[in-house]
Amino acid sequence: MSYYEPSDLAKFPAIADFEPNLAKKFFAWYGDVFAEGALTEREKSLIALAVSHAIQCPYCIDAYTTDTLEKGASEAMMMEAVHVAAAIRGGASLVHGVQMMNKAKKLSM
Amino acid sequence: MKSLHATGHLLSSESAQLRILNELEHPAFREKLSLNGLHPLKPTGIDIFQVNVGYMCNQTCKHCHVDAGPDRKEIMTRETMQACLDALAKSDIHTVDLTGGAPEMNPDFRWFVEEIVKQGRHVMVRCNLTILTVNPKYRELPQFYADRGVEVVSSLPYYQASQTDRQRGDGVFDASIEALNMLNDVGYGKPGSGLKLNLVYNPFGAFLPASQERLEADFKKALWEKHGIEFNSLFVITNMPISRYLDFLIVSDNLETYTTKLVNAFNPAAAMGVMCRNTISVGWDGYLYDCDFNQMLGMHVDANSPQHIRNFDVASLSQRDIKFDQHCYGCTAGSGSSCGGAVV
Repeated sequence: MSYYEPSDLAKFPAIADFEPNLAKKFFAWYGDVFAEGALTEREKSLIALAVSHAIQCPYCIDAYTTDTLEKGASEAMMMEAVHVAAAIRGGASLVHGVQMMNKAKKLSM
Repeated sequence: MKSLHATGHLLSSESAQLRILNELEHPAFREKLSLNGLHPLKPTGIDIFQVNVGYMCNQTCKHCHVDAGPDRKEIMTRETMQACLDALAKSDIHTVDLTGGAPEMNPDFRWFVEEIVKQGRHVMVRCNLTILTVNPKYRELPQFYADRGVEVVSSLPYYQASQTDRQRGDGVFDASIEALNMLNDVGYGKPGSGLKLNLVYNPFGAFLPASQERLEADFKKALWEKHGIEFNSLFVITNMPISRYLDFLIVSDNLETYTTKLVNAFNPAAAMGVMCRNTISVGWDGYLYDCDFNQMLGMHVDANSPQHIRNFDVASLSQRDIKFDQHCYGCTAGSGSSCGGAVV
């Protein structure tokens, strides 16, 4: 058995069973976040898909793969979003290379 | 690819399809209608006379609710077409919607269109596009349609080849683009021509469609910029969980998730506007149905109504109870779905 059960995604609202007030606030805020605004719903969904990969959340990946398709995104748009997440993650590691170089230079003759 | 019918597949049985849908643990569609004061579901009138002139098609699309294909032999005869014309002549129905299969493959198709136009009715033809490119005889059709003011409604699941071809077959996108150019060349979709060319989007998988307005803008931009194609409107349709699409849902293990999604997205406003409330569907053999989906499930109109086009009676059919079953969630999800796209 995996720690992650795909069917648990549909049970997300059940977090309110243990603490209803905070859950209510969270879901209301969540809904507002994803509503059409200065960004379109599709743009927000693609950002969510990218972030899902950055944080490697299987539930979020399932949810926002479906959601981006249902917002009319093409497969190329979806994969470009994943590359953005990967580039930021990769870049975040690589930029620390400067710190490594600084330290190495300090230690070296 | 062969039809389910030709291979003797379980899902070629109408009762097997309904049994599978009813075995899922979803609330009965009847309950949803009752809760929203829509039971019994009644027509608002008959504005659209939809005729399925046969199941033969040059394509075998993976989602086809008709299970159409080159191996289907069910074809409407000229005699049944004449019965349709006689029924129309006694009514003031303004629109005749011709569907199939590929309706153009019926040998009496052009005669039928001519006769309907002579009655002053508006004709819509559900053209799969690729049929227009098959041979010189079919290449004449854009001009034939234009000369008679026929509205062309054509499926194109996406503005890119990959998604389109996966659903409709290899090479379908390129042939569809060629056909759309042929239609544009005779004026279809061009401002001021009066010749309507509408496209139909349906999802290329187990998910619901995006908003019609947003997708129409995407399609218009992509088809114009990449292919120089113009069209009037995009109709967004939800895939109905029957026939070959039901087979896809089962094989891909998406049936429960997809149908749950449809049920959860039930929209009373969409239920108010379902197409069966202003449409009558005529089968290739002349039998009457509430819609093309019920036709494919063998669900004839209510037994108290005329059953066959020979006995067509607008007054009586306008009073009928519309038949429904669990598949009807496909028309009431989200913005709703009809042969004319979203309903809310």
